[in-house]
Amino acid sequence: MNYDKYLNPRIVAVPPSGIRRFFDLAAAMKDTISLGVGEPDFRTPYHIRNAAINSLVDGETQYTANRGLLELRREISLYLSGRYNVSYDPETQILVTIGASEAIDLALRALCSPGDEVLVPEPSYVSYSPGVVFAGGTPVGVETLEKDEFRLTPEKLEAAITPRTRALILPYPNNPTGGVMTRKDLEAIAPIIRRHDLLVISDEIYSELIYGDHTHTAFAAVEGMYERTLTINGFSKAFAMTGWRVGYACGPAEIISVMNKIHQYAIMCAPRQGQVAAAAALKTGRENGYEDVLRMRDSYDRRRRLMVDAFRSMGLHCFEPRGAFYVFPSIRKTGMTSEEFCAGLLKSKNVAAVPGTAFGPGGEGNIRCCYATALDKLNTALDRIAEFVSENS
Amino acid sequence: MTRLEMDLLDLLKEDCRLPLEKLAVMTGASLEEVASVIQGLEERRVILRYAPMINWDLTDRERVEAMIEVRVTPQRDMGFDAIARRIYCFDEVKSVFLMSGSYDLLVLVEARTLKELAAFVSGKLSPLEAVTGTATSFVLKRYKEEGVIFDDEKTDRRLVISP
Repeated sequence: MNYDKYLNPRIVAVPPSGIRRFFDLAAAMKDTISLGVGEPDFRTPYHIRNAAINSLVDGETQYTANRGLLELRREISLYLSGRYNVSYDPETQILVTIGASEAIDLALRALCSPGDEVLVPEPSYVSYSPGVVFAGGTPVGVETLEKDEFRLTPEKLEAAITPRTRALILPYPNNPTGGVMTRKDLEAIAPIIRRHDLLVISDEIYSELIYGDHTHTAFAAVEGMYERTLTINGFSKAFAMTGWRVGYACGPAEIISVMNKIHQYAIMCAPRQGQVAAAAALKTGRENGYEDVLRMRDSYDRRRRLMVDAFRSMGLHCFEPRGAFYVFPSIRKTGMTSEEFCAGLLKSKNVAAVPGTAFGPGGEGNIRCCYATALDKLNTALDRIAEFVSENS
Repeated sequence: MTRLEMDLLDLLKEDCRLPLEKLAVMTGASLEEVASVIQGLEERRVILRYAPMINWDLTDRERVEAMIEVRVTPQRDMGFDAIARRIYCFDEVKSVFLMSGSYDLLVLVEARTLKELAAFVSGKLSPLEAVTGTATSFVLKRYKEEGVIFDDEKTDRRLVISP
């Protein structure tokens, strides 16, 4: 049977994720050291897991409110006001979702009408542009450059805006580059957003993983931007809770309400135990100064320095990432494309990394390596990459 | 303690074979600074030794371990510290702790055989003048020590590649 006439051509036309090909290649190998992961190497802190265990023992197996457990929404509200100085009403302005991914999808579906353009800085997370297409909009890539520390500059932003531009996705701290936007950088783009009457979907999933003297500024905390911003965040990265799938969107009640409409019809609610665990993570964090988060961040920070130093010692140009847990070194000097480099590295050294092109065409010439990997494995992987680079230079 | 000292202790506790160069890179300090801070920690006996953690159960070495709760009577001119010293000097004794609660000292003893261990308790520990009573419990299995879970599976459950 030919299914072509049944399948939605708009969806079919979206190419599969560039990561998929490498996943298949790497999955076929044995004992690969993978720097291609996109999640912490820590397990969820036990006290958080224990909260979910207790909830199961107590028989808490029912649906929650569509918007999520009120207790969790209250904790999210306290967290965002205490940590980033933005205040959201737990009753009307917060929606708990299945990971930040669902929150982004809901935001795009709530905001996009056919023909609407959504700006997506690149390189960035693989799901944004397909998400815009699925929602019926048109993604427009906005190049970010290493010379600008992979920040979105006012000039590039301004140049990408057309009368059809509806929204901007702001993905900082950035996966895969590790670029961050300081308060000053955010303030520089705010007037443009106001002038062109745009909305901003600010994906701040890596907000806790920021290194050096920088601190995270929520875009909604920038003057005049609160009413134009959907703040997206979640528990996966900061609390090592990827498999729990709990995230959230916060923003103007009118938008959250429309997002909740899609969420209630399509999803009903995020899984209860994930929500219970997430509430425990925030409550304990509030009480102990986010001890777990800081401990993990310190550990990433050490490995971040190690990784940058190792790539630079190989003679590769390596931007110093200031957030998330990836380095994005340039492999141009080897003369290979990103895909060739990653395929060769996997085949000859059994080390997996992700070609920069998976994150948009601007990623050509770079590879993404995750440093959330055990130190001994990281050191072995770096030694093998160094061999590969010297054999191919 | 400085931040650098704490960072170095954290790193060395995980892997004391990390070369100075890597320690320097990871802490963002200079090689000389790291070397001198570590030397300082050694001199102040904050770092006592660099030793691997061994799971003896996976070796051929026969051994029996026991935790012995010891009640003592501190005597004139001989406080707990002195009694503890009389006990910890025995080669069989691996660890000694002064405890709050229903007994005074917790003594971890290791011997090759049950007989040797019994001989230690009856022949060396109990006869000490200050010791008024002992309760010996044998270790059947070690699950976790110093934060290390003994049969923790090392397999990485993460997807090899994820976005």
